[in-house]
Amino acid sequence: MEILIPAILTVITAATPLLYAALGELVAEKSGVLNLGVEGMILLGAVCGFAAVYLTGSAAAGIFAGLAGGMALSVVFGVLVLGFQASQVATGLALTIFGIGLSALLGQELVGVAYQGLPKISLPLLSKIPALGPLLFRHDFLVYGSFAMAFAVYWFLARSRAGLVLRAVGDSHDAAHAMGYPVVRIRFAAVLFGGGMAGLAGAYLSLAYSPLWIENMSAGRGWIALALVVFATWRPWRVFIGAYLFGGITILQLHAQVLGVGVPAQVMSMLPYLATIAVLVLISRDRNKIKLNAPACIGKPFHPAA
Amino acid sequence: MLQLVKRPQPSKAMTYLSPLLALAITLCAGVVMFQAMGVSPGRALHAFFAAPLASKYGWAELGVKATPLVLIGVALSIGFRAGVWNIGAEGQLTFGAICGGGIALWLHRAETGWVLPLVLLCGALGGMAWAAIPAFLRTKFNTNEILTSLMLTYVAILVLSLLVHGPWRDPGGYNFPESRDFSESATLPIILAGTRLHLGWLLALAMVGATWALLARTLVGFQVKVIGQAPAAGRHAGFSLNRMVWFCFMFAGGAAGLAGIIEVSGPIGQLQPSISPGYGFTAIIVAFLGRLHPLGVLFAGLLLALSYLGGEAAQILLGLPLAVTGVFQGMLLFFLLACDVLIHYRIRPRRRMSSAAA
Repeated sequence: MEILIPAILTVITAATPLLYAALGELVAEKSGVLNLGVEGMILLGAVCGFAAVYLTGSAAAGIFAGLAGGMALSVVFGVLVLGFQASQVATGLALTIFGIGLSALLGQELVGVAYQGLPKISLPLLSKIPALGPLLFRHDFLVYGSFAMAFAVYWFLARSRAGLVLRAVGDSHDAAHAMGYPVVRIRFAAVLFGGGMAGLAGAYLSLAYSPLWIENMSAGRGWIALALVVFATWRPWRVFIGAYLFGGITILQLHAQVLGVGVPAQVMSMLPYLATIAVLVLISRDRNKIKLNAPACIGKPFHPAA
Repeated sequence: MLQLVKRPQPSKAMTYLSPLLALAITLCAGVVMFQAMGVSPGRALHAFFAAPLASKYGWAELGVKATPLVLIGVALSIGFRAGVWNIGAEGQLTFGAICGGGIALWLHRAETGWVLPLVLLCGALGGMAWAAIPAFLRTKFNTNEILTSLMLTYVAILVLSLLVHGPWRDPGGYNFPESRDFSESATLPIILAGTRLHLGWLLALAMVGATWALLARTLVGFQVKVIGQAPAAGRHAGFSLNRMVWFCFMFAGGAAGLAGIIEVSGPIGQLQPSISPGYGFTAIIVAFLGRLHPLGVLFAGLLLALSYLGGEAAQILLGLPLAVTGVFQGMLLFFLLACDVLIHYRIRPRRRMSSAAA
């Protein structure tokens, strides 16, 4: 158990950014918008978060800046896709290309700057429980936040009226429009939420996981988050499981290197990407399963007739 | 308030004006960006767009940089027309470089004329092999090709890293993660003395011609257009979507693999961990900017090649970071996508419901 605790703790750190990014994308997709720019939004969130901490020294400012950075980029996506009727796939790709470039530009001065990481918050009493205490109750704010966010998204989509409207917009925008719901505004809000969550994922990477800023540091996590949403067949609790599964795979790779398993580092680094492909194949094989669960209007442009 | 009103027919004029408009807005945004960075916009734009083309060498470099962009952009535009989203051209480029480069290293003592064609062929086949994976998964298991082709890009780059750090490392290379230099017979000949412009540029031009002929003159080209514009009509005509997916992936994979082997057997001359500054991704912008038309892609490829050269020139002349290139490229695609709204819609002041219905 003593050896396992650090391993499980690192799984949590690897899973948290995936969880945030995938939850955000889940809500956006549920409203019928496919945003392929997650990778770019994560990077912008990461650089904004790190820059804010560098400038102000405040962890709260860093988290907020990360959120704002991701959201700012999602505004561009929302305007182009919902306002200008641009292709969602092409715009999402543009967002990623732009986000990689802009974050590298903004982060010029931040390369090599050190940061001790977000402060850990030990919950009183609970953190004293043997084994479970350090595992569950001695984390930074963003880890607790990711648990809360997973539950909140579940509750919102499954239990709230607003969530029902959002799902209706994603399943049939024409029907929702006819019933008088503001389709474009609801989608814009969902896109903004997705951007904010991707930004938090980035802030977690640069402020807690690494903690430092390097160009392109998300290393494909945005794309893995997109795959997680499919893997989860658009259900929040499965997104949670998927994020921890992939966090585990990422960490397996690090620990195998430490233990000196006779496999080259590059082969171990391929694992998360290969695992992503494998789960996508397993889930997508069943066409009906995808059809039943995917938002029916995903990726389709909406233009009211009159 | 403004309102979008659908045009009865897509505007032909706007199709061609939109890229120019997007370019103009990008330049304006560039001026603002340079101002914000505290650099004189005039000097920065000069460094970006004029300085690289001040010499014959500069023009030749334009061809060198445009070669992979045009090769891949032309091939991707076929897929984008048909609605097949191959985003992993960067990985196919890398795997092409690995396969062709492997042959070049294996035959490094051979001094005959058939080495180079064999190396190029293996490069193209390597790219096709890598593209076959997402095509197979899409057609057999209904797996999203965007995500799989992208994941495979990361895998291909890791495979290259593994090889140059290990078995393919140059024995006399002081432990640097690089292969030995390719032999003379596995290197692309220079076609303009005193520059780096190589045979690959002519291959890229040939590709433009071949793709134009394919689209305008063959049944496959016709199927691409029909499936892209009216999928239902394509189904009724009996065109197989699965075969179209396979065709698009093989075509783009081959082109990307060829671009990859051209890079390593031309300007680079060996295998190393990083062989492309994201040509496979930039080619996506090239395809859209070129209106998915082979000739347009040629011009768009030259323009984005200039953005790479301009980024390097601005770094040398003004000390600007190389990342500016990526920002420029991203902005250009954003503005293009925004301007493209004018192809299908008119922008009108919003009127009241009753008069709009009348």
